[in-house]
Amino acid sequence: MKLKPHRTHPLWLAYMLHRVSGLGLALFLPAHFYVLAMAVSRPGSLDYFLNFAANPLVKVAEFGLVFLLAIHFFGGLRLLALEFLPWSARQKSLAAASVAGAFLVSGTFLLRAV
Amino acid sequence: MSENTKTLEVSVWRGTQEGGAFETFSVPAQESQTVLDVVSWIQQSADPTLTYRYACRVGMCGSCAMMVNGQPRWTCRTHVSRVLDGNRLEIAPLRNLPVIKDLAADMDPFFDKWIKAGGVHRPSRTRHEPIQEVSPEEPGRVEANKAIECINCSVCYAACDTVAGNEDYLGPAALQRAWTLYNDEKVQDRGAILDAVSGSDGCLNCHTQGSCTRYCPNELDPLSAIAGLKRAVATSFFRRRA
Repeated sequence: MKLKPHRTHPLWLAYMLHRVSGLGLALFLPAHFYVLAMAVSRPGSLDYFLNFAANPLVKVAEFGLVFLLAIHFFGGLRLLALEFLPWSARQKSLAAASVAGAFLVSGTFLLRAV
Repeated sequence: MSENTKTLEVSVWRGTQEGGAFETFSVPAQESQTVLDVVSWIQQSADPTLTYRYACRVGMCGSCAMMVNGQPRWTCRTHVSRVLDGNRLEIAPLRNLPVIKDLAADMDPFFDKWIKAGGVHRPSRTRHEPIQEVSPEEPGRVEANKAIECINCSVCYAACDTVAGNEDYLGPAALQRAWTLYNDEKVQDRGAILDAVSGSDGCLNCHTQGSCTRYCPNELDPLSAIAGLKRAVATSFFRRRA
C-alpha cells in the first residue's frame, strides 16, 4: 500500500501511528479480559495459557504489544501537550520523541523478558 | 543548451465535476520554469481550451493553486525542477473542492466557510470614535500577526484529510482566520468567535495531521492556530460551568 503523496510527512505518520496503535489495543483488550477471566472460571486453562506465553515467540509478540501501548501513551501525552500547553514549534521533534520513548520502554521490556 | 531540448511529460486533468481523465502533453523544458509556466504553455501552444486560473504570478493573489504530483502547491512559485518525478508532472485541480472545468476548482465552499467561521471583521468602534491604538508588542497582536499573510489560496484546505472526511468542517484557513480575530484587540465579542468555531463543523474536528502547516506556501501555521482555538474553547467551557 502506497501513501498518497500529500500524506508523506512526519506529523501525518504520527497521527496514523496513534490511530493504528489505538485500534490494535482495542482489539487486544477483549482477549486480555478473556484470559484474565480464566483465573476465576478455568484455572487449569489459565496455567496452560501461561506456559504457552513463556514461549520466546510470544515474548516477541508482547514486545509489539508493549510498543503499541507505549506509543499510544506517549502519542496521547503529545496531543494533550499540543492542545493544552502553550504552543511549541517543535511538533516534529515531539512526535519523534514519542516514538523513541516507546522503543525505549518496549525494548527494555524485551531485554528483561528474554 | 541541452536543457532546452528536453521535454516534460505532463498529465493534466481534463473534465468537469461529472467526470474526466488525465491528458498527457509534451512540454519543452526551460530553465527556472514554474508549474504555472508549464500550464500556460499547454494552453497557449497545445490546447487553447484548457481552463485554469491565475492572476498575479508572484505568490500574492492565491488563485493558481493546484495539485502537483499529488501535493497541493501554489503553481506560480513552484519550480518544476523541485517537483519533477523523472520527467513527469501530474497536474490536477485542488482537492476537496468541486471542479468547474479542468484545473479550475470552485472556491465557493472555501470562502463560504471563511464567512461561517466568523472571518468577517466586526469592529468594536464606529467611524465617529477615535481610532483605537494597538501596540505591536501586545501579545494578542503578536499572535494575530502570525496569520495575516494568508492569501486564501486553499492549499491547506486541499491538503487536509479532515476536510476530505467531513465536508462541513470549516478547514484550516477559516479557523486560522478565526484565531487571528480572537486575538485582535479591536474585536470585542470573542465569545461569538468561539461559538462559530466550536460546533460540529469546528476546530474540535481537527485530527492534528499538520498537513495544513506542512504545505502552507507562506509558511504560516494553521495547526498552531487551531490548537489555540481548541485551548480557548476548552477554557471557556470550564469557565462557563464554574
